[in-house]
Amino acid sequence: MTEPLLSCRDVVVEYPGTGFRARPQRVLHEVSLSVRQGETLGLVGESGSGKTTLGRAILGLVPVSGGTVVFAGRDITRLGRQERRDLSAAIQVVFQDPYSSLNPARTVGDILTEPLLVAGVSRSQADQRIRDLLDQVHLPADAARRLPREFSGGQRQRIAIARALSRSPRLVVCDEPVSALDLTNQTRVLDLFIEIQERTGVAYLFITHDLAVVRRISHRVAVLRRGDIVEIGDARQVTTEPTHLYTQRLLLAAPVPDPRLQAERRAARRRLAEQVTRSQTGPTNRPPTMTGVGITGGPATDGPATAAAAGVPGERA
Amino acid sequence: MSVSSVEPVVPTPTPAPAAPDGPAARVGLWRRLLRDRTAVVCLVVLGLVVVASAAAPLLTSADPSSADIADTLAPISAKHPLGGDGVGRDVLARLLYGGRTSLLGTLLATAVALTVGVPTGLTAGYLAGWFDSVASWLVNLVMALPAIIILLVVLAVAGPNTYLAMAIFGVLLAPGVFHLVRASTSAVRTEAYVDAARVAGLSDARIIRRHILPVVQAPTIIQAAYMLGVGIALQAGLEFLGLGSPTQPSWGAMLNDAFTRIYDRPALILWPGVALAVTTAAFAMLGNALRDALDPSRATLTGRRATGGPATGDGRAGDGATGGESGAVATATRAPAPEPEGGRLLVVRDLRVAYPAPAGTSTVVDGVTLSVRRGEVLGLVGESGSGKTQTAFAVLGLLPTTAIVTATGIHFDGTDLRALDERHLNDLRGRRIAYVPQEPMSNLDPSFRVGSQLAEPLRRHLGLSRRAATRTALDLLDRVGIVDPRRVLDAYPHQISGGMAQRVLIAGAVSCNPDLLIADEPTTALDVTIQAEVLDLIRSLQKERNMGVVLVTHNFGVVADICDTVAVMHQGRIVETAAATELFASPRHLYTRSLLGSTLENAPPRGPYPAAAAVDGSAP
Repeated sequence: MTEPLLSCRDVVVEYPGTGFRARPQRVLHEVSLSVRQGETLGLVGESGSGKTTLGRAILGLVPVSGGTVVFAGRDITRLGRQERRDLSAAIQVVFQDPYSSLNPARTVGDILTEPLLVAGVSRSQADQRIRDLLDQVHLPADAARRLPREFSGGQRQRIAIARALSRSPRLVVCDEPVSALDLTNQTRVLDLFIEIQERTGVAYLFITHDLAVVRRISHRVAVLRRGDIVEIGDARQVTTEPTHLYTQRLLLAAPVPDPRLQAERRAARRRLAEQVTRSQTGPTNRPPTMTGVGITGGPATDGPATAAAAGVPGERA
Repeated sequence: MSVSSVEPVVPTPTPAPAAPDGPAARVGLWRRLLRDRTAVVCLVVLGLVVVASAAAPLLTSADPSSADIADTLAPISAKHPLGGDGVGRDVLARLLYGGRTSLLGTLLATAVALTVGVPTGLTAGYLAGWFDSVASWLVNLVMALPAIIILLVVLAVAGPNTYLAMAIFGVLLAPGVFHLVRASTSAVRTEAYVDAARVAGLSDARIIRRHILPVVQAPTIIQAAYMLGVGIALQAGLEFLGLGSPTQPSWGAMLNDAFTRIYDRPALILWPGVALAVTTAAFAMLGNALRDALDPSRATLTGRRATGGPATGDGRAGDGATGGESGAVATATRAPAPEPEGGRLLVVRDLRVAYPAPAGTSTVVDGVTLSVRRGEVLGLVGESGSGKTQTAFAVLGLLPTTAIVTATGIHFDGTDLRALDERHLNDLRGRRIAYVPQEPMSNLDPSFRVGSQLAEPLRRHLGLSRRAATRTALDLLDRVGIVDPRRVLDAYPHQISGGMAQRVLIAGAVSCNPDLLIADEPTTALDVTIQAEVLDLIRSLQKERNMGVVLVTHNFGVVADICDTVAVMHQGRIVETAAATELFASPRHLYTRSLLGSTLENAPPRGPYPAAAAVDGSAP
């Protein structure tokens, strides 16, 4: 099991420029990462960082301009339509918007059985399978007869998860699957993801902009910025003691639900910003340091609420 | 009446190649259509026309083509229920048999238009790329051709032939169908559920059949109904000009005959005229009724309403059991009930907002009481459907007209807002009460430059000159931290980022020095780093101008960052009001506790990746 399930090496994605003979726009610059079986790799970034594009490239929804994507020992960078279809049992997706990712005109049962019937499963077996699936995602069995609009956002996302799981995939690309949900539903759906992973050994590439979400679900975290991975490592380390300046900024920008800690965090953020400006403009071009900063936040976290990261490497961009 | 075996005329007005749809959807359409009185009348009229034409041999024994010189312009009699025409043919027989020609001709044209237009439109819309370019070019070429001239030329060469003419007319109608189908297809092609279907391994053909055709179906059926009406009218026109098959009875030819005897027997023009008018009108009105019954936007609308609209059902449905909430929601207000004293900028007492629902009304805001002092930031926090936005909009007077708003009082700085007419309210809004929306982009008009949108309220409310307004706008943009204000002033909204757009809107909101700022999820659409900057901006503006702020949000982190006081909303009620420090330190209400308990910021990180073997063993 040394071989990772999915590995991307120097993946480049370019979108054609608009206008005659326009230069293509490069949204991913040689991105490399890997996901092992049963592992969650969190992919964090702000809008425009290319995180969704990377997910779509792995799914074959956007063409890859350079580098390779290897899944279970097989190069899947450029597959024909038929080969890609055959791969659909193994790689699945859960999208962000539970309102647009389910066809409003089809019943939940239709939505769930469709991938199975396409794969050649008999109708009765498919019906049995969706009963199991609905049970797995904690939805009542009679949900199959109803339309998506009869469900709340969180329940819809459960349906989307059930659809992704229907053919027992080995990797699920989760593209902001909890961003559209309310707080309480967010926690429940994340717990469901973890529960399923522990039971089935499925791997997740979990794309999100929210460091708190990614900390909860990921074993490892990669931070993407403008098409480059700036930091990758153990989830605890990246989300509590980040080494890269950008990750630190990201972490300090996310507000914590505690006025006192948040005030500290705000002050730390301001100090960091001042340091950056000084290091950029000042004569001493020393990398900034960050000490005594309330990064980890909440009372539930053990250890001191500081991130003494001396010698922070400067930003690459 | 055994219609079905007589003629291949379909007794329904929807001959579109309908996809095999779920029975539920079909039944829904028919039921909705039958509830519409116009639709029922149209269907009955068209049904009668179809049956009468199909059963013509049963209804009259006369031959529509045999002329009897003795019956020329015969009066109405038992032998000729509608009289005889100019050359002694039976008018009723010609009317009935003529209906066949008209209906078949227009069906032919519509069928050709659909057969050509639907598949090409689907393929072009779904595949895009070169096929789309070529097809669109050809279609535009066809559209540029003058239809009537083409028809006249073809008929001049091939001789008068109704069905040939209608088939060609069908080809000329096809571009309309193509454009319609292509547009609806490319609209759904980018939907996430189509992507999901592709990832699920569905073939293109199957995706088109199962996910795209049903969406295309509705507008196509509507279009088909209109085309049927147009086809009948055009066909009658051609026949009137003598370009139809001379041996076939038809309404157009009858009009032509009648026209030559218009002085002798004007009534002759009546029968084909009425038949044409009634049939064409019925098709057109049926098209309208179908559009109402089938409107594809309706399905998506109801689906999306859960996120923003006033519907409360979805909000209350929740996801599973919502953390131990009972029906009786007790209010745990720590602060004494707000008194209407002078220091309070905004006092809302017992506000209720309801909307008409199938069963009575549905209440979305249920007795909300809150107050904001000058210089105070009140956080209105709750999950979707809790009524927080509805509360804010009620204060702003921006609720839809269907909303039923009642309150003991909505007082702003001593003035009862409910007593003001629209003009005075408008004067207050924008000038003394400002608003910052959630979606910055959709709140800037894309067709005007940022500068003119900022300067407009300044000129209106403060009476500044154009030049002074521009200068003030520049200062404001500078104040909200925009690096190059001159450039942003001259930019169109699509040329600036979301974070910058929100800064522009905040600049606009504070431009007239308001006393109260109502911000509805002002940072939800923004990245965290931008969110932090925007919150800093709101905070500093609020301190600088001593504004009262009502901040609607679902994010407790944002509340902790900026709010002095917090009101927690749940199912239309405020369940807890407290100072921010107090609320986070010791939340009193069960719901507040469950909400705070589910925030992820405090949650421990997930452990490291387990040994591969352990996972491997448990895989099915």
